Amino acid sequence: MISKLMRFIGDPTYTRRRWQLFIAALVLTVAADLLVTKGPAAFFWQHLPGWNALFGLVSCLLIIFISKFLGYRCGLMREEDYYDE
Amino acid sequence: MTSDWLHPGLLYILGAALIPFLRNRVRQVYLLLIPLLALLYVVSMLFDSQPGSSHWQFQFIGLDLILGRVDKLSTLFALVFTTMSLIGSIYSLHLRATGEHVAAYLYVGSALGVVFAGDFFTLFIFWEIMAFASAYLVFAQRGEPARAAGVRYLLVHISGGLCLLAGIVIHYAQTGSSVFGPIVNSGGLAFALILVGFILNAAVPPFNAWLTDAYPEATVTGAVFMSAFTTKTAVYVLLRSYPGTDVLVWLGTAMAVYGVVYAVLENDCRRLLAYHIVSQVGYMVAGVGLGTALALNGASAHAFAHILYKGLLFMGAGAVIYMTGRRKLTELGGLYKVMPLTLTLYMIGAVSISAFPLFSGFVSKSMVVAAAEHDPRAWVFLLLTLASAGTFLHTGLKLPYYMFFGNNHSVSTERIIKTAQSLEPPINMLVAMAIAALLCIGIGVFPNLLYTLLPYPVDFEPYTPAHITGSLSILLFTALGFFLFLKHLDPEQTISLDTDWFYRKGSRIIMWLANNPIARYEAVVSELVNTTILRFLHTCAALGLWIDIRIIDGIVNGLAHTVLRCGEKLRHMETGVLSHYALGMALGIVLSAVLYAAIGFGLGFGPGN
Repeated sequence: MISKLMRFIGDPTYTRRRWQLFIAALVLTVAADLLVTKGPAAFFWQHLPGWNALFGLVSCLLIIFISKFLGYRCGLMREEDYYDE
Repeated sequence: MTSDWLHPGLLYILGAALIPFLRNRVRQVYLLLIPLLALLYVVSMLFDSQPGSSHWQFQFIGLDLILGRVDKLSTLFALVFTTMSLIGSIYSLHLRATGEHVAAYLYVGSALGVVFAGDFFTLFIFWEIMAFASAYLVFAQRGEPARAAGVRYLLVHISGGLCLLAGIVIHYAQTGSSVFGPIVNSGGLAFALILVGFILNAAVPPFNAWLTDAYPEATVTGAVFMSAFTTKTAVYVLLRSYPGTDVLVWLGTAMAVYGVVYAVLENDCRRLLAYHIVSQVGYMVAGVGLGTALALNGASAHAFAHILYKGLLFMGAGAVIYMTGRRKLTELGGLYKVMPLTLTLYMIGAVSISAFPLFSGFVSKSMVVAAAEHDPRAWVFLLLTLASAGTFLHTGLKLPYYMFFGNNHSVSTERIIKTAQSLEPPINMLVAMAIAALLCIGIGVFPNLLYTLLPYPVDFEPYTPAHITGSLSILLFTALGFFLFLKHLDPEQTISLDTDWFYRKGSRIIMWLANNPIARYEAVVSELVNTTILRFLHTCAALGLWIDIRIIDGIVNGLAHTVLRCGEKLRHMETGVLSHYALGMALGIVLSAVLYAAIGFGLGFGPGN
């Protein structure tokens, strides 16, 4: 069963199916997040509709691009033999 | 002192001495027996101990040493340490190298020594044993990169240890107490030095690079032990001595983000995981800094959960390295076909660290984040939430994608995958991973089991509808970002500069200084000595010799000759005739009288006056 599940996740033939399921999961999660009753929150933004989804996406992009910027532009990324020279 | 208490750390430290004498099956049974006994004993302590009881107290050179301080916090850490040591022992059961088993036992034993230490001096002794025992796990990998990383690891830890010792001595001199407890911030040196010693082991930037430098170079099994003990022991001592220290909130938040930013650039699978240790320990350090009951409970719970899921992740990555001999993401990929069990177990660790509902991270990490929300600290809350998205991005998506699914692997990996039916690691490795995975799920599903062990009463419910949907939204949209920008995340054959640059390249600056300006200065000085000063000295010496031979020797020789000649003349005057001698004496008396009179008159006070 585990092998089948992993094959479904890994095999390129199921790509379309996987995307369908993934988008369904995204929609369901956002819908659920909009519907649940939220208790008292410390910060105003926690009650904005869709805040968590937006924050997740923005966080992901921020991390990728800030990190790549530091890597390429600020010289953090170096050749593997940098310390051997 | 009660005598019926036994130090669990001693079981490991004394137990390690027997390992070299045992062989094959007997050794394997023994390697499981010790951690199992220790674990059972710690479990019995959970039910037995009166809060705050102390055992094994000694007087040594005027110091009060306490080896067994038992309370909720020390038992909690001892429980997870012994559990992880059992899992680690199972994982490394196939190993024939005796040294690694011995080092791992000493490492676990000394970590338990720190946990039960009731005074700073006992703590320091075990702290240092930990550094040396764990360094062996890096050296055991053999080869130049491991040797060099091991040396750097030791040097950094020895420096940290010295800082800690200096702080302890000053603290003792100032307060007269060596009790290991909260340190009052009087703005003094002791407070700062002990804090630096502690946060160095917690891998707080800028003291983080020893971790990400050394862990990926350790042996496959050694790294599993290392991922669990050093940083979490540091979290434990911070919980004891520095709760509510504001600077830790910011250091912890910064390191949570620091780890995930670096993880994007990383190509080495275990170094990527090591950066996530930095990130996760950030939550614990921030929790210690926030200092509320919820935050301290959160830091403790997160340390507990983290040891298990991080151990599992290191075991998963270790299994891939063990079976393929490859550690770079650019060389791996496509392994899902031949390592489905390893992948599944790894993914349980990955969703646990990412804090998916029903997994351990969800019930522990959220306590720290909630503590930041209740405080309330908006930036800390936002950055810790951002870091948790980053955690899923790397350990839950990037690493498994490029290690198990991606197709940019090397030709040799392709060949391995094609020729092998299955690449699953030895059964003992899978069993160890399965136990850790079960515990991750167990804690996630039954959080109260963990909550009852925490140092303060817990008033926190992780499974509220809003928390579940909110967390899932953040995680799934992080995944969306990952798939949309997958191309930007392709690993590259590079390394990233971290703060170890300062001592790796810094040592070159010192060598350059030694080889260039200092060597040149030395050359100039010796040239000057050879040409000018030595010549002057030679001339002086020649002059001295001339004076010695011609003048001093001349005077001495002349005197000697004069004495000799006088002696010769006097000898001829000895005639042996008594009358000659009598005449001589009379002449002498007359001469003396004349001389006396002449001198007396000459000076004006002769006998006539």
